[in-house]
Amino acid sequence: MPFKRFVEIGRVALVNYGEDYGKLVVIVDVIDQNRALVDSPDMVRSQMNFKRLSLTDIKIDIKRVPKKKALVAAMEAADVKGKWEKSSWGRKLIVQKRRASLNDFDRFKLMIAKIKKAGVVRQELAKLKKEIAS
Amino acid sequence: MAPKQKTRNPELIPGVRKVSRSKMYHKRGLWAIKAKNGGKFPVHAKQEAAAVVEEKKPKFYPADDIKKPLSNKRKPKPTKLRASVTPGTVLIILTGRFKGKRVVFLKQLTSGLLLITGPYKVNGVPLRRVNQAYVIGTSTKVDISGVDVSKFDDKYFGKQVEKKKKKGETEFFEADKQEKNTLPAEKKDDQKAVDAPLLKALESVPDLKAYLGARFSLKAGMKPHELVF
Repeated sequence: MPFKRFVEIGRVALVNYGEDYGKLVVIVDVIDQNRALVDSPDMVRSQMNFKRLSLTDIKIDIKRVPKKKALVAAMEAADVKGKWEKSSWGRKLIVQKRRASLNDFDRFKLMIAKIKKAGVVRQELAKLKKEIAS
Repeated sequence: MAPKQKTRNPELIPGVRKVSRSKMYHKRGLWAIKAKNGGKFPVHAKQEAAAVVEEKKPKFYPADDIKKPLSNKRKPKPTKLRASVTPGTVLIILTGRFKGKRVVFLKQLTSGLLLITGPYKVNGVPLRRVNQAYVIGTSTKVDISGVDVSKFDDKYFGKQVEKKKKKGETEFFEADKQEKNTLPAEKKDDQKAVDAPLLKALESVPDLKAYLGARFSLKAGMKPHELVF
């Protein structure tokens, strides 16, 4: 099982602890064995311990410590946001956020919809079973 | 803001001012005022002291000094409503025989209690008062513009005062009891009058009637502090 996601300049990572929890950041430089310099279009460039980062599959093409404008341009060119939202990891996070923001009425409507769907599925299954039996 | 007043005599060190007493006299121009008024500093005419009216001393004093309680002019206000509780909000009742029921909030009464209704046809909750503390305010709102709640106040919901009957035989008691158990027709009509426009408003939103008819309960995995209501 070789490693596939490496810490390198341009690697996109997800912050999994701290103030910027949940943000997608780009590793812009490596400070030492434990820390990286990370940057994102909506945050001030700062250091972060690798333990706070979860590496993703996405990598962009940048030089070491690019200017903010160059970073933003490279992120747009590589379509980081689009790739993230299409990836299964990204989609899961979006669904989790949506479920957490559901209101009491929404949860009720969801329950009704699940029951209806289960009812339809059961009916179809019963039909198929009948066909096989006959 | 007015510009800072220039002090004529700043304090250099605590207790030591810049200009001496005689110099200050000159600076303030008191010599000029004196000159204007013929050598004397102008003075206001002395006010006559108001004549003191001697109050007649009372003949009798009470034996002990009775302390008078301090005056209290405080007027109690109805409880402050949480931001989530506004007229038309769907509330979840947490205690009492209607616990878990989802109910429509109509208005706050002067006692601070909330006036709510099921509506009765939907979930069996009549026009009722409920305390804000025992209620969760959801973010679902119902349109109550068509409802007139001006006639309801705390007195409407108070216990009816029974006239004291003289000690009678047990047969009297049974006859009285049967009369009082039913709701007066007037209250039933009030309920219908309030609920009619509400039901119309409920029909316009799909699933809302079923929502109000269902009770709320915590299921496995639901964390109240993480739920968005």
